[in-house]
Amino acid sequence: MSKKTTAKSTSKTLSTKSSSAELKKLPKELLIQMHSLMVKSRVLEERLIKIYKAGDAFFWIGGPGEEAFGVPLGLQVKKGQGPEYDYLHLHYRCTPTLIAMGMPMIDSIRLIMNRATDPSTGGRNFSNHYCYPKWNVVPVSSPIEVQYIQALGTAHVQKRHNKKALTIVTGGDAGTAEGDFASCLVWASRKGHELPMLITVQNNFWGISTSYHGQHGETFIADRAKAFNIRSRVINGNDPIESYIAIQEEMDYIRKTGKPSFIEAQLSRLYGHSSASGANLNTQEVDCLKEFEAKLLKAGYLKEKEVQELWQSYEQEGFEAQQLVRSEAGPAAETIWDHVFVNNENADWRKF
Amino acid sequence: MANMAQAIRMALHYGEENLGVKDIFGEDVGAPLGGAFTATQGLKTAWNSPLDERGIIGMAMGIAMAGERCVAEIQFADYIFNTIDLLKIAGNTHWVSNGQYSMPLVVITPVGAGIRGSVYHSHSFDAWASRLQGWKVVMPSNALDCYGLLLSAIEDPNPILFLQPKALMRSRGEELIPGEPESEKELKAMIDAPIGDRSKWKPKWPKLEKYTVPIGKGKITRQGDQITVVSCGRHLLLCNEVADALKQEGISVEVIDLRSIYPYDWAMIKSSVQKTGRVLFVNEDTEVTNFGEHLAYRVTQELFYQLLARPRVLAGKNVPGIGLHPNLEDATVPQKHEIERDIREILAEVP
Repeated sequence: MSKKTTAKSTSKTLSTKSSSAELKKLPKELLIQMHSLMVKSRVLEERLIKIYKAGDAFFWIGGPGEEAFGVPLGLQVKKGQGPEYDYLHLHYRCTPTLIAMGMPMIDSIRLIMNRATDPSTGGRNFSNHYCYPKWNVVPVSSPIEVQYIQALGTAHVQKRHNKKALTIVTGGDAGTAEGDFASCLVWASRKGHELPMLITVQNNFWGISTSYHGQHGETFIADRAKAFNIRSRVINGNDPIESYIAIQEEMDYIRKTGKPSFIEAQLSRLYGHSSASGANLNTQEVDCLKEFEAKLLKAGYLKEKEVQELWQSYEQEGFEAQQLVRSEAGPAAETIWDHVFVNNENADWRKF
Repeated sequence: MANMAQAIRMALHYGEENLGVKDIFGEDVGAPLGGAFTATQGLKTAWNSPLDERGIIGMAMGIAMAGERCVAEIQFADYIFNTIDLLKIAGNTHWVSNGQYSMPLVVITPVGAGIRGSVYHSHSFDAWASRLQGWKVVMPSNALDCYGLLLSAIEDPNPILFLQPKALMRSRGEELIPGEPESEKELKAMIDAPIGDRSKWKPKWPKLEKYTVPIGKGKITRQGDQITVVSCGRHLLLCNEVADALKQEGISVEVIDLRSIYPYDWAMIKSSVQKTGRVLFVNEDTEVTNFGEHLAYRVTQELFYQLLARPRVLAGKNVPGIGLHPNLEDATVPQKHEIERDIREILAEVP
């Protein structure tokens, strides 16, 4: 994670469509809601980067630039706990999805500042490594592939329950080189045992400092799903309208058939891999939020002043959250023995 | 008396019927084979997975996170190595989620030498397993303990690695499993699949009863007062045999069956070593950074001034594999004569 990214994106399909007719594909209220959540997520991620650069965090990794896919995804999750609701096996660029599901900004700030109050890990793990059992968001881990095979298990249980719930798994394009991605396709598509899974790849065309073409020979990652008879599509993940509709269609298909579906969402990586690569804005990448916002302004769905106030209000929320979290304590040293085993059964061999 | 494979099968059946097990899966686990060692024949929730160890562990983790109980098999422990990072995640999920998600799953896998299995069907995993924090690791040495430990494992809310000494899979115990018919032939007729066409075969399960062996508790299998020998699995039986032979010479050996590798029964080890002042740890995993070394270290740290001789570990030689030829296998994993030799040498030490 130490190599700095300097090359520009190889994607040629990432700009959103300019036609105002596109806006009419979804209700105005939904578009405005999506815009607001995208702004909130972007402001939060930029706040996290500021927190890192101010020395209030050891490391930042996250998903600025992926809002146009992540927010529509989060909005369409059947949200709840247990197999009757959707499970989410996310990777570490999914702040937009969590924001759309209702995560408060301060949760993410407590996570990156590793406070005892961090609701995901209690100060034990990196930024964007979320965990919300109440929403079936299983712990995000740093390995870039393991979520693809753990997702099989929750989908397997959901198939048994047959309540039209599905399992969502996300990952980056670089992680598809790992065997677990292939395992996911194999297990999800076995004849007569197909699993209700929305398998996604957020293709930002980078794996740390390795470009897409440095790793991939296939034309589209989605083509690999086709080989397993999994319905698949490639979408412009920088377009929130296209993303929303595609996710909706695929979720409907999965809930109706119980079979898997695959989405490759091509999108931007706006701030590089992580703080290890500088966490600086890459102005050569398409900014999905700027484009969407301009479209809404042009169509008269939003006014300049409203937009300014929206950004400012989220800026203020993030700033105040950081100030508050600064005053909160980190986890106590003796808590390292907590939760090694369930019910805090003794795990210290010195005390056996 | 049931053999260990039958004991596993009966425990899994009990788990299906009474403890909420809904999936027993792995390579060749379902019909028609019912497991490479026949340990999963006739089970109603057993199914064949793709030949993909990482997929097996990942699937088990997902099932556990969805709140359901499963038992996953890795056909031979030699093939579990490519799942190490998944085992790490399974062991840290409860911790890293600050107690929010648990991982109640059981992984069963045959371990160890003794069947002339050569390089990829002979390896041990207990030393590696002892470094998987967040996991509990058990290894039975007889059919009854096998049944009782497996029921405990299924009921435990943590990830459990259940190591099966493969050379003991056909060994019969000395005590009946509660509910097991007394006649071996009768049991075989009830639950062993026939040779040939099995498509219409169904087992007739005995009326099994609950019997658990607490995880973390060892068992003294031979009482003695001159030296303590601590082992588990296949080598526990060898230690028993050596103790019985030495008893004829008036040498009194206390043998402890660990049964649980982690957490382990320190109270039992400590009490015994305090009595004997001498201790030998025996297992067949490789000798460098062997789990027995940890136990020897602890004995040295906590009981140093009560010792009459240096604690010793007898383990597998630190070579990359276990060769097929008997000369190679026997030179690699501890043999009975080596256990006896070490006991005699430890007893000969003058403090």
